Amino acid sequence: MSELLYQALFKNGLLVGFAVVGGVIWLSYFVSERFTHGRLHGSAIAVFGGLLLAYIGGVFSGGKNGIADLPVFAGVGLMGGAMLRDFSIVATAYGASFEDLKKSGLPVVIALFAGVIVSFVCGGAVAFAFGYRDAVSIATIGAGAVTYIVGPVTGAALGATSDVMALSIAAGLVKAILVMIATPLVAKSIGLDNPHTAMVYGGTLGTNSGVSAGLAATDPKLVPYGVMAATFYTGLGCLLAPSVLYLATRMIFPF
Amino acid sequence: MVIYGVALLAVCSLFGLLVGEALGSLLGVKANVGGVGFAMILLLWLTDWLAKRGRFKPVSASGVTFWSLMYIPIVVAMAAQQNVLGAIKGGPLAFLAGTIGVVLSFAMVPFIARIGKPKSDVPPADRGKGAA
Repeated sequence: MSELLYQALFKNGLLVGFAVVGGVIWLSYFVSERFTHGRLHGSAIAVFGGLLLAYIGGVFSGGKNGIADLPVFAGVGLMGGAMLRDFSIVATAYGASFEDLKKSGLPVVIALFAGVIVSFVCGGAVAFAFGYRDAVSIATIGAGAVTYIVGPVTGAALGATSDVMALSIAAGLVKAILVMIATPLVAKSIGLDNPHTAMVYGGTLGTNSGVSAGLAATDPKLVPYGVMAATFYTGLGCLLAPSVLYLATRMIFPF
Repeated sequence: MVIYGVALLAVCSLFGLLVGEALGSLLGVKANVGGVGFAMILLLWLTDWLAKRGRFKPVSASGVTFWSLMYIPIVVAMAAQQNVLGAIKGGPLAFLAGTIGVVLSFAMVPFIARIGKPKSDVPPADRGKGAA
């Protein structure tokens, strides 16, 4: 019987994904209404629930892909993978205003550069505070604080050691997760309630998963604006971190 | 037909991602640069163009809206496969390196947003005149 069940779930992974996520979202909206009177948005709780599942999955499987590493839940991986994620993000643009997008060009460019540079410097400064003195390690950890893709790309380009690479990826993961959780909480105090600010926010924070989930939990109408800006962030990071920013780091730490 | 909307969305996504990959390799960067953004602009432009000619029927549009409504569930599924354990295992260095940048970035948002912020009380016709 249990073998039958396992086979049925395993063969229909994507459907399991829909069912599991549907359950998580139902539970989250229930918790949101019953225990927070809607103050903490249901989707914010759902994202947190997803992260909790990811943690549980990681503990049980020892893998890197959260719950998706457990064979029965592999379909969650397909559902939340890059293909369907990009597909549905593009769909959110339908109904967005072209005019609003065009107006925010210059501030978004400033936001992108400021976001990448500030994150890099912060990450590098922390690496320094923890005793790293070579430019390669400092730059790699700094790049990880930009996003968890910029980190390993930079580390690989500069020839960083594998433990530094792991720290760099971990820093990027911390950033993504923190942005997911913190965005709905700080939205009001940073004025995140209009397309313009959403674009600046997307450009400054830039981590794709963090921004997309953070905005979803704040106001789904703002998603296309923030994501539109954030989509350039990792690319800019991969461009700047191993080149200009690394050279600047090496001028300060010439080892 | 609903598939027209889904197909349009798929074509826009594929095209945007392709442009993003091409731009990435052109810049010598191992990342997709702006792919989703280009796809969004293309979708906005095409749906607008088709709608103006009465060629984008509500049934076709529902193929796009369905996927935009699936966005939050998909994001939850994405959250469920993050390497949360890896982030925790990174210890205090990774935690601080990730956190401090985020805090400062959040703090910068209202200041950068002030640049060229469209005044909500200014009618659209006046746009651009007072831009700093």
